[in-house]
Order: sequence, then C-alpha cells, then structure tokens
Amino acid sequence: MLTKKLVTAGVAAAIAAGAIGVVQAEEGQFIPALTYRTGPYAPGGIPTANGYTDYFHLINQRDGGVNGVKFIVEECEYGYKTDRGVECYDRLKDKHGGATAVSPYSTGTTYALIDKATADKVPILSMGYGRTSAADGRVFPYVFNFPATYWSQATAVMQYIANEMGGLEALKDQRFAFIYLDHPYGKEPIPTFDILAEKFGFTYDKYPVPFATGTEQKSVWLQIRRTKPAYIIMWGWGVMNATAVKEAANIKFDMSKFIGNWWSASEQDVLPAGDGAIGYKGATFNGSGTDYKVFEDMKGMSGLSDDGDRGTVLYNRGMVNAAYIVEAVRLAQEKYGKGKRVTGEQVRWAFENLDLTAENIEALGLTGLMPVTKVTCLNHEGTNPAILIQQWNGKAWEIITDWIPAMTDVVRPLIEQDAAQYAKENNITPRDCSA
Amino acid sequence: METLYLILIDPFVQMVDEPSFLVEVLIGGLTSGVMYSLVALGFVLIFKASGIFNFAQGIFVLFAALNFVGLMDLGVHPILAFVITIGIMTALAFAVDRLVLRPLVNQDPIILFMATIGIAFFLEGFGETLWGGDVRPVQVGIPDAALFWELGFGEILVQSADLFAGVIAAFLVTVLALFFHFTPVGRALRAVADDHQAALSVGIPLNNIWVIVWAVAGFVALAAGIMWGAKLGVQFALSTIALKALPVLILGGFTSIPGAIVGGLIVGAGEKLFENFWGVPLLGGATEDWFAYIVAMIFLFFRPQGLFGEKIIERV
Repeated sequence: MLTKKLVTAGVAAAIAAGAIGVVQAEEGQFIPALTYRTGPYAPGGIPTANGYTDYFHLINQRDGGVNGVKFIVEECEYGYKTDRGVECYDRLKDKHGGATAVSPYSTGTTYALIDKATADKVPILSMGYGRTSAADGRVFPYVFNFPATYWSQATAVMQYIANEMGGLEALKDQRFAFIYLDHPYGKEPIPTFDILAEKFGFTYDKYPVPFATGTEQKSVWLQIRRTKPAYIIMWGWGVMNATAVKEAANIKFDMSKFIGNWWSASEQDVLPAGDGAIGYKGATFNGSGTDYKVFEDMKGMSGLSDDGDRGTVLYNRGMVNAAYIVEAVRLAQEKYGKGKRVTGEQVRWAFENLDLTAENIEALGLTGLMPVTKVTCLNHEGTNPAILIQQWNGKAWEIITDWIPAMTDVVRPLIEQDAAQYAKENNITPRDCSA
Repeated sequence: METLYLILIDPFVQMVDEPSFLVEVLIGGLTSGVMYSLVALGFVLIFKASGIFNFAQGIFVLFAALNFVGLMDLGVHPILAFVITIGIMTALAFAVDRLVLRPLVNQDPIILFMATIGIAFFLEGFGETLWGGDVRPVQVGIPDAALFWELGFGEILVQSADLFAGVIAAFLVTVLALFFHFTPVGRALRAVADDHQAALSVGIPLNNIWVIVWAVAGFVALAAGIMWGAKLGVQFALSTIALKALPVLILGGFTSIPGAIVGGLIVGAGEKLFENFWGVPLLGGATEDWFAYIVAMIFLFFRPQGLFGEKIIERV
C-alpha cells in the first residue's frame, strides 16, 4: 500500500514538475510543428521536420534566440492526415502564449486551416504548397505561399520543357503526361495545365495515383508505355515518388524527360531506384548539400536531429522554412519591440513586409540555400516566383539551370480570379493594399 | 449514349485493336494478384487453424520485412538476417500466444479480432520506433530487370521480379499444402481448426498449435515482405497494401489456401483490367484503391463463403 502511494506521489510530482517547466517556457516564441514522421508519407516528412526543428534549435543555441527571445518548438505527429493535422493545430495553437506561425507541410491541411488560422490570427506559411490563390493577400491576409506557388511552378516547368524543345511554339501538338497524387495537393496545378494546354496547343493525360498508399501505379505506367508522352511531369509526395521513379526506370523511359515538382525531387525519391534514377529531373527553389556556412555552425551542436538527413533537399528546405519564420520574427520585433515576444498578428505583418535581399541571406549564412524573397500585401507569393531545375547524377542533385521565371502573366489573373471567387463565396471584403 | 459506348463497346474494341496492351495489362494484373495472394496466405493460415481473423497480418508483413532489411543494413549477411528474422517472428508468435490469446481463450471471435487490431497498432509503432520511417531498399539478388517479350502481335513488358514472386508463391502454396495434409502437425492444425474442444479431447495441445501456426504465418509474412520490399522498398505503405488481401480472402474463402491464390489472381487481374479499360476513360483513373472491395462486396451477396471456402450449414 505504501509503495503504491509512493509511486502515485512520484508520478504526481513528475507531472507537476512538467507543468512548472511549461509555465517557465511560456516566455519564448512558440512554434507548433505539425509533422509526420510515421506512415506512408514519412520518407518526406522526416527530413523536412528535422531541418525545420533543427534550425530553431540552432538559432537558440548559436544566437540565444532572436534578441534574446528563444524559440519553443513542440511537435505534433499527424501522419499527413488532414483531420489529424487540424486536430494538432487546435491542440497547439494556444500553448506557450500562442502560436507564432504554422507550416503544415500538407496542402490538404493548409486548405482546412485557412479559415481557422485567419480567425485565430495565426499566420500560415505554406512555403511552395497549399492554396495557390492565397497569393492574393487582399483576400487571404493570414496565408503566405512564397517563394512560389504551384501554379507558378507549373508554368515554369512548362517553360523549361519548351526551352528544351526549342521554344514555346514547339509545344504545339505534343502529348505530355501528368502523374499526380490523388489528393488536393496533386490536383492543385491542373487548372493551370489546362490553360497552358489551350494556350500552347498541347495535350496531356492525367494519371491520378491513389492516396492511401501512393504505390498503386502499375496501370499508370502501362498507360504511359502505351501513350509514349514527350515528357512526364509529376506532382507526387512520399513513397509515390520513389515508386514512380522506379517504374519509369523499369519501362526504360528516358529519365531526362521525367520532371518532378519540388516535392518530388529529393534523395528519398531516387535512391530506392538505384542507377535507374540517373538523369531524373526535378524543380527546386533551395540548394542541397552541406556546403553552406550555416552547416559549419551546426557542427558539434547538441540537441539536433542525427545528421543522416543533413544536406538533403528536404532537410534544407525545412531549414529554409524555419529561416523565413525566424527572419519574420526579427522584423516583427524591430517594429513592435526588440527582445519582446511577438504575436501571430505581428508576425503576419512581418511576413507581408519581408524583403530578404542577397546581402541579408549572405549574412544568415544561407546563400544558395534560399532565394531572394520580397513579399507584399498584394502578393503573398513573393514578387519573383521562379524555379531551378536539378538533375540526379546517381550520387547527388546537381542544379542544371539558372532561375526559370514563372509565367506570371498567365498565373496572376488566375490567382485573382480564384481569390475573388473565394471572397464572394465566403462574404469576404478584400483588403485595400494600395495604401 | 457515349457513356454506354465507353462501357459496353470501346473497351472491347481496344482489347481487339491492341492485343499486346491487353496481354500486358493481364500479366501485370496477375502478377500483382500473386503479391496479394502472398499476404492473404498468412491470413488463411491463422484463420484456418484458430478461427481468428488476424487483422495484424498486414503489419506482420511489414514488421518481418523491416527486421530483415534492418539487420541487413547493420551488416548482417542476408541468409543470417533471414534466419534471425524467422526467430523474431517465432518469438512474436510466442508473445502473442502468451500475452494475448491465452488470456482470451474461449472469448467470442470478435474479442480476438479486436485483440489483433491492438497487436497491429502496437507492431506498427514498435517497428517504426526500432527502424525508423524511411523507405529501405531490399537488395537480396531478386531479379529486377524489365523483360521485353516479342509476341506475334506486338512487344510486351514483363517484370522479372513479378515472375519471381509467382514462383515463390507457387512454392509456398505447395509446401503449405503438403505440410497441412501429410505431416502430424499439419493434421493437428486442421483438427484444431475444425473443432477446438474435440481436438483438445484427443490430446492435441492447443497452445502449442497456436504458436506453430502464428510462427508459420510469420514466416509467410517474411516471404511476402521480402517480395513486396524488393518491388517497392520496405516502407509503411506495405501495411496498407496488405489490406488488399481482404477482398482476396472474401473471393477465395477464408479457409482455403488455393482460394487465396485464385482470389488474388482474380482481384489483381480484375482491378488492372477495370482501371485500364473502364476506369481511366470513364472515371479518370485511380480506381484500384476501391475496385477490389466493390467486387468483394458483390461476391458476398452471392457466395458469402467465397469460391473455395467451407459452406456454413446451420441446422435448426
């Protein structure tokens, strides 16, 4: 009986100690990290989450936070399932004095959070994913998708293909294939491809891959072998990518004509296919490898994830995501008080006024890792959306092009049209960004 | 009218016009079906011997493959890794028997089924904790080349890994059939499956039998896991793919080993034919996720015991 009481008391004391720890930690800048380290999408989720959380730890340890305000990062595992992602957000949003910003790494979850986060005044940074028309800051004040949206990326990929084929006119009468995850994320660029197909006179076949596993692709590749497309574009995620690369290699498709978007072109996507993946291409907006100053600072630092993922495309992208948030917090502090914790609303203002020049990025030790970015009230995508094309050489990703700008003349009207429709459906009066 | 044409005429016109594509789809479907059958075999073994529908069988496939490839990644020779993994699966069978089945003996089948769901969740988390969530390629020398066969009416593509899986499945079915019919343990397993009380009364030790059958199911799961892993890499999607064994079982019957094979072939060929000739033109594709379940549901209306299952006769 006595033993039982002692154990109960011990457990109670441990819980109390934990609670005290939480209270003390409330002084920091809270980052709710919605992650997926389990399930079919873990291969992409793990390195991204590691890069994201490690960068905040780096800032805490190397710089003592931003002007003395340290970051508190708490992860919530949601397995890339939209309902659980929303649950994670709800569970974390008010902790430690409130969320600074949230990056769900899922287009489905981003869509589900738009209204909630806007009501809660928590900015969403869906960096290169999420709802494309959220780039219209007049309608979506709390959602940011810089440095480029899916629609911009789609046009830039088509521009790259056109460059390879000899110009935009060469796209006429060509047949392409679009293989995508059957999920809001995978479907996001379809309206853009439809418009480009009409504008430039090409056709494309759509191949959805079932979401549950991402690996049911046999029929897709039988169809592709039959239709012999000039190029394949892929909007995949998780194990879908590795399976697709392997299947493409199996049917002896010319890998240099297979292009993944920036969530379909990481080491995890090509390594399982071995040498068969050599030549596969993908879009990106961040560098890979560890040949950057910031990695020097991480050496020997404790509390970081094990260094197996460090330098991979997705790890580095997670770092870039965190770096944007850190710089937004820094900017918000400059306006609202240095050394003070800033609110989600204040960080929203900072995102909207972010202007990261080449000099700023150099000072952060991130040159080559993140693109120059300037965001405005009107344009939450950033003012210079563009992509780089990288190619897998069997050992590493090599960047093989200069920045390829998006066709903003095509994309921006679509964004404004879709945002206006959303505003109408949701009784939103767009903000005036002219001031 | 156009829809009717797409349903009733166009698919058959395509099949006649492009027989090489039809053959390719059919072979692709049958080889996928063999892979489903490999998983379904494990379900059948346990259900046949103990009357328990082991929901965790899909996770067994993943867990076995994870241990095998994890050991190989640690530098263990593939043959030794294979032997150690069989040991792990046998230990798991012991643990399941001691910790889950014995305390629940004589409970309703639904209670035992719920317990296997618990086992599934535990093993999924435990496996991920032990070995992480990355995709791990399996390199054990399984042929992975694409074979292009020139037939009279055109060239077809066949994956050598798929053919290899077919050989493995045939081998496993033969061994298991011989084991069940010609060994004392196999006969004891069948006796337990028929009637627990009667088997006990003639001196068959129920617990030992359960451990044996769960260990054999673990071995089959390892074989399936290696084949699936060689094809897709060992990854957590395997446990979801393994659920495709459910419609296979409904079609083939829960107690028939040949049924698991035939059911797998029907599901595999059916879903690929439907996807390529009806699903893509009519529904835009991605029908493979649900097609097999619809077929299974329709099948339940007409033959609930499956093609080869034992018909349930209740006298009143």
